[in-house]
Order: sequence, then C-alpha cells, then structure tokens
Amino acid sequence: MKLFDYARAGRPEEAVRMVAARTTGTFVAGGTDLLNLMKDGAQTHDLVVDVSRLPLTGIEESGGRLRIGAMATMADVALHPVVRRRLPVMSQALLQSASPQIRNMASIGGNLLQRTRCGYFRSPGFACNKREPGSGCAALEGRNRGHAVLGGSDHCIAVHPSDLAVALRALDATVHTLGPDGPRSIGIAGFHRAPGTTPHRENALRHGELVTAVEVPLPAPGVRSRYLKVRDRASFEFALVSAAAVVRMDGRTVREVALAFGGVAPLPWRSAEAEAALRGRALTDTTIGEAGEALVGRARPRGENAFKVELVRRALRDVLDRLGRQR
Amino acid sequence: MSEPSQHAAEDSGPGRRSVLKAGGVSAAAVMMPLAPGGAAHAAPGPSAAPRAAADIALRVNGETHRVAVEARVTLLDALRERLRLTGTKKGCDRGECGACTVLVDGRRVKSCLTLAVMQEDREITTVEGVARGERLHPVQEAFVARDAFQCGFCTPGQIMSAVACVEEGHTGSRDEIREWMSGNLCRCGCYPNIVDAVRDAAREVRR
Ligand SMILES: Cc1cc2nc3c(=O)[nH]c(=O)nc-3n(C[C@H](O)[C@H](O)[C@H](O)COP(=O)(O)OP(=O)(O)OC[C@H]3O[C@@H](n4cnc5c(N)ncnc54)[C@H](O)[C@@H]3O)c2cc1C
Ligand code: SF4
Ligand code: FES
Ligand code: FES
Repeated sequence: MKLFDYARAGRPEEAVRMVAARTTGTFVAGGTDLLNLMKDGAQTHDLVVDVSRLPLTGIEESGGRLRIGAMATMADVALHPVVRRRLPVMSQALLQSASPQIRNMASIGGNLLQRTRCGYFRSPGFACNKREPGSGCAALEGRNRGHAVLGGSDHCIAVHPSDLAVALRALDATVHTLGPDGPRSIGIAGFHRAPGTTPHRENALRHGELVTAVEVPLPAPGVRSRYLKVRDRASFEFALVSAAAVVRMDGRTVREVALAFGGVAPLPWRSAEAEAALRGRALTDTTIGEAGEALVGRARPRGENAFKVELVRRALRDVLDRLGRQR
Repeated sequence: MSEPSQHAAEDSGPGRRSVLKAGGVSAAAVMMPLAPGGAAHAAPGPSAAPRAAADIALRVNGETHRVAVEARVTLLDALRERLRLTGTKKGCDRGECGACTVLVDGRRVKSCLTLAVMQEDREITTVEGVARGERLHPVQEAFVARDAFQCGFCTPGQIMSAVACVEEGHTGSRDEIREWMSGNLCRCGCYPNIVDAVRDAAREVRR
C-alpha cells in the first residue's frame, strides 16, 4: 500500500468534510475491500477517513420500516431478530456472504460499495476501463467465466459482487446519505449504475458522500422471501449466480412478486419481465419456465460465461419451487 | 524482543523510512509494555488532524503496547513485525485464508484486512493469549488430541476462529461447524479432524 494520511472521524459531518476536501480521499469502514484494493494497487488514496466508530450502528424498526445504520456489521444485521423473522432473504444473503470473520468486520454501507472481483480490474497492468477509463476491457475476449450476461456493455462486463445488494433490490430498500450539500435518500433501483460507456461510475454517490443508513420496508404478513446462491464451493465464495425472491401467494396464485439476481450483471439485476410472467398466475412448471425465458431474453453471453444463462434460470426455478412449497 | 526489527512492517519504500525518521521513532522504541496506569495516553481524538504515521496504544493479550506505525500498516503486520507476536500467520494477506484470525473485543476478525491504527484501544487477543498460563485452552487441547493439523501453518488462525465459533455456539452439528469455520482454509486438508476438535472443545466448554 502506498502511504496515506489517516484520520478518525468523530461525526458524520466531519467525515464528509474531510473526504470532500481531497480529490483522492476516501472512507474506510470495515476495511475488508478497501485494503485489498489498495494492496493490489487498483485504488490509491492520499487520505483515508475512518468512519467505523461513527454512531451509525443502530438497527431500528418504526412505521413498518427497518432502518439499519450504515456502520452496522454484516454479522449483526444477519442475526438481528427482526431481520431473521421478517426479512429472511436479507438474512440468508448476508449469512451466505464472505466468512464469519469478514462479516464481523464489514459494514452494510461498505458492502454496497464493494467493487467488482474482476481479476483484470484488480491487477493493474491489464486494460480495464473501470480502473483506467479508456484503456479497454481485457475481460471481453479474456477470462470471463465470472462475468455478466445481462446489463453489460462493450466497455465493461464486470459483475457487482454483493449478495446483500441483490436482496435489497428485491426488497425495494432506500439508501440514506449525507453529502457536502446535506442529506438525501436514494432508492436502491437508482443507487447502482449500469456501466454503459462509463464503467468507472458505479453508483449515484458524489465524492465525499457518506452512506448513513439503509432502510427496508417490512413485508406485509403472508409475504415470503428467500435467497439462493450458487457458487463453486459450498461456502465462503462469491456467487456464480444468485436469486432473491419475495412473493405473496394466494393459494397457488402469485399475487405479488419481486425478483432480483446476482452474479449475472454489473448491478443487482431486477427482472420486471420475469415478474410480469408470474404475477396473477399460478406457480407451475410452465409459468416458472416462462419467467426464466423472460429473464434471459436479452442475455448476452461472452464466451466462458455462457453457462450462466441456463444456471440463472435453474436458480430461479429452484428458489420459486422452494418458496411455493413453503408454508 | 526489543531488538530493532529487521523487517519493515510494510513494503519498505523510502517513504516509510523517511516518515518514521521524521517522527524521530526507531523500531527499537516499539514493544514497550506500559504499566496499566501508563496507558492513559491520548487516543487520537475525533478531530485529530490526518497523518501518515501515528503513535498508538495497542492492547494485545491484556498488555498495552505503545507503537509507532504508519497508517498503512495492517494489524497483522503490526502484531508480527512490530510486536513480534508471530503466532498470527500471514497466508494470503487478502482475507481469503483465515491464517491471520485474531479476536478484537471478543469477535473474530482477519487482521490482514484492518489497519493497526483502526484498532487502537480495542482488546486484541492472539493465539499467544488464549492459554491460561501453562494450561492450554480447551480448543488447543482438542486440536492436539484430535491431531487437527499437519504443517501447522493454518493452526493459529483455526484455533482463534474455533475459540470464537465455540463461544458463538455455532457448533450444533458437523455441518454447522463446517459452515462457521469456512473462513479458515487448510492446505493440508485436515478438515475432518478440525471439525472433530471443534466439537470436542464445544462439549468441554459447555461442561
Ligand atoms: C475473501 C472475501 C470474500 C468475500 N465474499 C463475499 C461474498 O460472498 N458476498 C459479498 O456480498 N461480499 C463478499 N465479500 C466482500 C465484503 O462483503 C466487502 O468487502 C464488505 O462488505 C465491505 O464492507 P467494509 O465495511 O469492509 O468496506 P470498506 O472496505 O471499509 O469500504 C469499501 C468501500 O466502500 C466505501 N465506504 C465504506 N463505507 C461507506 C459509507 N458508509 N459511505 C460511503 N462509502 C463507504 C469505502 O470508501 C470503500 O471505497 C468478500 C470479501 C472478501 C475479502
Ligand atoms: S470487465 Fe470491467 S472491470 Fe473487468 S476488465 Fe473489463 S472494464 Fe475492467
Ligand atoms: S492472511 Fe489474512 S486471511 Fe489470509
Ligand atoms: S495444517 Fe497445514 S495448512 Fe492446515
């Protein structure tokens, strides 16, 4: 790691002011991604502002919503009684993320802002538009088994690695921030960005803007949710594909449904097409198959990752089968 | 133990050396256990000005150490290279293997993924700190009894993770132990014996 200045912020406003004042300043919360990025030379910063001790760790329920402080750890959120009971998809996504040690360190805010595991991005020397805009994308014709089949562009096909973000996308969460211009709220749908021609712009945050909380609407009684993650080994591995499903059934009929997918796109991928194929219809082999078709209709495999097209359909089938059978 | 370190705690570029020199701190000044009363040294308060190196208090295994570190020094490197607590191992330095696992305020973490300056005034426990005098911790006993290692490189991390795993109560079944020990890899493939050891230790601790 290159030398950098370090400061510990006592108040959110102070953290924002310090980072905003330096072009290459950044926040550190758990450090579990930032340190790797700096060690690998994928990112350099001349100022690192420690926000881990900010009093933003609370998890509070009010008015049918759960507000989770950005500094709450993945472990604390995953095991919180309200999250376990009311938001199983979120608890499961977190418990299937990383390892117990990392979940003890990593924050909810940092989790949403972790960067892609694309090996070219993390190895300076390779062409990568995300790390060095305009340098090209080594993954397009290179090793791209882990890369996106949906939502990518000819500039970048890296996937967003967060499991939590996929669950939050299905749950329609809101991200609260504090920026140099004050606080604001960003719907999760607008938080992460598709790469287009600017893959280095990954989210809606401005320089120096701090995530302060994530707010999740608590599903009405009768809503079921589940997270399914498919990976190369049974545990402690990023998703090849994952599926988050939130449904309300009326007998065999799907009344409400939200479906989001991980491992397949540069951002947590919500599929309105797949949802439309199921809403108001019975959950059967046929309708689930149609939802899968709709999901991958615009898929664009890039060589090594073609298997994901079929795998994500199967993940959808599996998660819906399990939810449909669940009492 | 107070010998000057031969190893830089980080890639020893000229930058590092000059900063430490500028600060007037030599490596020999490291590892000065303070009397408990002497620990009342000012932590960089909230509004401390940003800086590239700091003189911090690290509380490790019940002792407070004053140590001058650059901000970029990981907790792992500070423990190993500065405090000479080499029980904690560096495998991948990327959070992937678990060899560097220590407890911070009782919770298991990967010391390669956090900065020493971030852990100031936290209670850090390393593998050197789990035995009670000559009496091994039940997890250590179980690892010996079950032959839960071959080369031993991953073992300190496995033991620290297992101490926490037992404490957390994630030991209900072999599958549960495997899942909750999955952050610790073993190149020698001692997993079955490690699971046995964690089970035994959990029973012993619950008795
Ligand atoms: C070996 C390994 C395996 C992993 N496996 C998984 C996995 O299976 N699934 C998964 O989802 N994740 C996985 N992760 C990623 C892990 O979950 C993230 O590294 C972690 O959540 C990041 O949180 P942090 O608090 O440590 O962030 P940091 O590393 O502290 O910060 C990450 C980034 O976010 C910024 N940031 C942090 N907090 C804020 C804030 N409040 N406001 C604005 N910016 C902020 C920082 O400036 C930095 O750019 C894995 C990581 C490792 C090392
Ligand atoms: S896929 Fe994106 S992150 Fe990976 S090399 Fe291409 S531009 Fe870089
Ligand atoms: S050295 Fe820290 S996890 Fe491998
Ligand atoms: S005993 Fe050799 S790596 Fe585990």
